[in-house]
Amino acid sequence: MIYSLLVLASPMAGQTNRTAAGFAAELYNRGHSLHRVFFMDAGVETALATPVVPQDEVNPQALWIALAQQFDVQLVACVSSALKRGLLDEMEAARYEKVAATLHPNFELGGLGQLVDASAHSDRLITFGGV
Amino acid sequence: MATGTPDKKTLTVIITHAPYQGTLARSGLDAALAAAAFDQPVQLIFSGHGVYNLLEQDTETAGTRNISKLIASLPLYDIEPLYIEAAALAQLGIATTALPAGIQVVDEPAISALIDRSDHVVNF
Repeated sequence: MIYSLLVLASPMAGQTNRTAAGFAAELYNRGHSLHRVFFMDAGVETALATPVVPQDEVNPQALWIALAQQFDVQLVACVSSALKRGLLDEMEAARYEKVAATLHPNFELGGLGQLVDASAHSDRLITFGGV
Repeated sequence: MATGTPDKKTLTVIITHAPYQGTLARSGLDAALAAAAFDQPVQLIFSGHGVYNLLEQDTETAGTRNISKLIASLPLYDIEPLYIEAAALAQLGIATTALPAGIQVVDEPAISALIDRSDHVVNF
């Protein structure tokens, strides 16, 4: 079965983001395919290249990156949610004349059309909600 | 379970968050509008505190963008009627006279039926 995920939960708050990453990994274990993970609202914080997490805390971002490296899954951060939060790729950083790009290289920015496309081309679209 | 064609799926967007509590309600509306703009059938349900999105708002003093204009634009994208959870209105003491035109108040079985005829449901 083809799945896509909509992740609204920040990786910094609560367990939902981590649960989503675990769910994504389990999809592969069960032989399903993952069309796209679309991060939106506070969920886009998952795509930051620059978080520094205390040693005794876990950033679920590592789980997503491992997933991307192992399975070539598309991790897309909603561009409008991202820009507001200072999450920029090289092109956006140049366009808005900001000091640096802040998007992790395993993620990409994309419009809401990518969520609609994920809806249209997946058997299941699962929300991991925000608070 | 609805059976959409590969490129057309009925999307139900459920908004449970109040308009200025965070950014989720706004994100939900954006997602609904985007789906409609790409010619996908959209059902929009306001549930729980999400029904507050339908009330008239004065955001001038709050210094935030007013969500009412976005709500008013929904019919232009064929997102109508707007479905409102009856139990939430009762719990929050909101009269239907306080709500805009083009809404439909729905009870739990009606919401179940809406979800049943969706291909996908997303929650904000």
